[in-house]
Amino acid sequence: MSRTSWSAAAAVALLPLLAACVPNDPAGGAASSDAPGALTVSSTADACEVSADSAPSGTLTFSVTNDGSDVTEFYLLADDGLRIVSEIENIGPGISRDLVVQAAPGDYYTACKPGMVGDGIRAAFTVTDSGQEVGPTGDTADQLAAAEAAYVAYVKDQAGSLIAGTQEFADAYAAGDDDRARDLYAATRVHWERVEPVAESFGDLDPTLDLREADLEDGQAWTGWHLIEKDLWQPTPDANGGETYVPLTAEERAAAADDLVANTQKLVDQVTADGFTFEAFQIANGAKGLLDEVATGKVTGEEEIWSHTDLWDFQANVDGARVAYEVLQDVVTEQDPDLAADLDQRFVDLEGLLAAQGSVDAGFVAYTDLTDAQVAELAAAVDALSEPLSRLTTTMTGA
Amino acid sequence: MTAAPGPGGTRPGAPRTGMSRRALLGLGGGLVAGAAAAGAAGAVAVDAARSPAPAAPSSGADRTYPFTGAHQAGIVTPAQDRLYLAAFDVTTTDRDALVDLLRRWTVMAARMTQGLPAGQFAPASGPYDAPPDDTGEAADLPAAGLTITFGFGRSLFVGAPGATGPDADRFGLAGRLPAGLIELPHFAGDDLDPARSDGDLVVQACADDPQVAVHAVRNLSRAAFGTARIRWTQLGYGRTSSTSTAQKTPRNLFGFKDGTANLKAEETADVEAHVWVPASAATEGGTDAAWLTGGSYLVARRIRMHIETWDRSSLREQEALVGRNKGEGAPLSGGTEFTEPDLDATGGDGTPLVALDSHVRLAHPTQNDGVRMLRRGYNFTDGNDALGRLDAGLFFLAFVVDPRTHFVPMQTRLSSQDGLMEYLVHTGSGLFAVPPGVPDGALPTGADGTPALAEDGPFVGQALFG
Repeated sequence: MSRTSWSAAAAVALLPLLAACVPNDPAGGAASSDAPGALTVSSTADACEVSADSAPSGTLTFSVTNDGSDVTEFYLLADDGLRIVSEIENIGPGISRDLVVQAAPGDYYTACKPGMVGDGIRAAFTVTDSGQEVGPTGDTADQLAAAEAAYVAYVKDQAGSLIAGTQEFADAYAAGDDDRARDLYAATRVHWERVEPVAESFGDLDPTLDLREADLEDGQAWTGWHLIEKDLWQPTPDANGGETYVPLTAEERAAAADDLVANTQKLVDQVTADGFTFEAFQIANGAKGLLDEVATGKVTGEEEIWSHTDLWDFQANVDGARVAYEVLQDVVTEQDPDLAADLDQRFVDLEGLLAAQGSVDAGFVAYTDLTDAQVAELAAAVDALSEPLSRLTTTMTGA
Repeated sequence: MTAAPGPGGTRPGAPRTGMSRRALLGLGGGLVAGAAAAGAAGAVAVDAARSPAPAAPSSGADRTYPFTGAHQAGIVTPAQDRLYLAAFDVTTTDRDALVDLLRRWTVMAARMTQGLPAGQFAPASGPYDAPPDDTGEAADLPAAGLTITFGFGRSLFVGAPGATGPDADRFGLAGRLPAGLIELPHFAGDDLDPARSDGDLVVQACADDPQVAVHAVRNLSRAAFGTARIRWTQLGYGRTSSTSTAQKTPRNLFGFKDGTANLKAEETADVEAHVWVPASAATEGGTDAAWLTGGSYLVARRIRMHIETWDRSSLREQEALVGRNKGEGAPLSGGTEFTEPDLDATGGDGTPLVALDSHVRLAHPTQNDGVRMLRRGYNFTDGNDALGRLDAGLFFLAFVVDPRTHFVPMQTRLSSQDGLMEYLVHTGSGLFAVPPGVPDGALPTGADGTPALAEDGPFVGQALFG
């Protein structure tokens, strides 16, 4: 991902209809060959034909078509020929893709890189002053690096709390202290749910720890939190597909508890390993992913079908998304102040609704105690937040 | 029974051939070529005043109707084959956010009705790390005669029934409530589901292709997240009314022609008298409702039909209940489909040929103080109930000048006296004030010549917020 900058109004101009109301931009925005900000690029084995060698400052859209036979890339480079202003990669033969960039007046280079090697086929490109305000062009690399460091620190902190809590929970459960285990269940899982996108990035860990019974393939062994959840909140036959629930034996309990701790420790080991990083675009994708989790699992009460502690998970997912947003907030505010203002408000709205149902410290009401109207209101607030959150990644990758 | 259309009557909203999405996107050069073509189409089609309609054939899936005009499209527009109607609840109390939404909806509707993508980028282009600004399922489809019509429910002005305090007047609009936007009374036999009734806003999308209509509502709903959410929606097919004399009378799920006597676009004097809200109504309720002048009221009723029992009734009973014969649609007093029924004609035993409890008699203008309505209903089939019966019927839509004179009295009579009621139950209901259109030529365009969002751009219902 390039870390160089384009401008403030960028994402607003990108998606004008879905963003808050913005002034019509006569100098660019729409991709038409008649529009001054719209350019076409044809990349072949030995040529990089750009439809014009200059454009007025503002939103530029390069529609890049790979007319060659090798995979290609396209770059807009700063006047030193080194700094990448923006780029698109992995354009297969015959494919077209857009590079949308906010460009300030100045000298640039365009470059196609067929075969993805070498310095590329370059040409000078001039952005003239349209008089339109283009946002700050300072290098945001430092801000993004700081964001990534802050997020990794958060993940490590949550992982530390998770392993300590999981050990305590597993001990209580293995020892048959079910009341204690039930008390600890939701509050411990909060640390997991806050950083779940990180766990998902390790692929095999998430299923071993967080698979729900409904997700199991035929014959697949069930491990993790929800196996124990069911054993702690044992269903009646009616709620168990007509079958009498068979509690786990002492040996099975011990094995389930050991598995849970061991797999959680693997997660901790991975995030505390030297060199563990989580890039800005991953943080942004993770924030959206957390809200998707809420929309499909928590707000429907499907995540915790035995304990009905879905609102803890809900709060934790929102916490995780908010932290992810907050570490990126300086960059977002600079790139797209309207998006930042939208997100600020909608986090407040959603957290206000959740606060009416409890807190992680004081406990939440059971999902089954929510009225249909309350669930609908929460779902609407989740949708309201998710829609602008889905534009966070493009703000990062464009930064 | 329909007044004959005037000779040489104009055809409001006459379709013309526009640029199809396929044409827009399939020009080979990718986005740029496509958008250039889109610009041309948009510039032609959006502004009817500047670009008189060419004499294009009225058939073809790529027909488009102008979005702008004195009245909103989708009312006297020849009824398209498919409907997707959505009622929304506004979830914010921020008046500016509501205005923003209406402004965004206006631009999106102006674009989609001309076969353009909802946003400035095509659904398969734009920034690679952003979700596309159009959902894409209509990308290869023509405009299919899409119209999008917006309306406001009573709850937008005064809150849900029984609301008090700030909940009652969330947007400072109570003083703008039009006198006709009443709470509909309970009619005999109503079994209304609140989850299929009412709403703060309504969007009626009609097209000849259901995917185009659904695409429109889906994208508008997406733009509304955080400001409004869908309360209920209804899919309809097989238009059950003709709104133009050029259209053949269709049939409802009872198998009878429906809408023979419907008010048609060509009957300009009657449309003026029975559909559009006159300036004289503006202060009638002691409120300032001048914003609705030139608009209309939309009555929506989801009428489930007990089709299984209907199908077991004799042809004699079916025709007697409707008052027309099933094949031709002629009144039982004789003639052909468009012959006026003779309500005084009797048979050999002295009983009226058009029965006293027949639908045609009870709904006839002479029995209803001469009122007429412009109906625009559709058939629906929403799966089945637990007993294996189709959840099917008629989604009744009518545009009227005032529901107090043009719907409530007739429905009161029908619900208590109409023999057909034995086979009907009303399961959903909505009443909406439909503002006039956005004037021709008023919408700003972007660099590519297509409708674009502008901070002070006009929007449907703007006068309500002025």
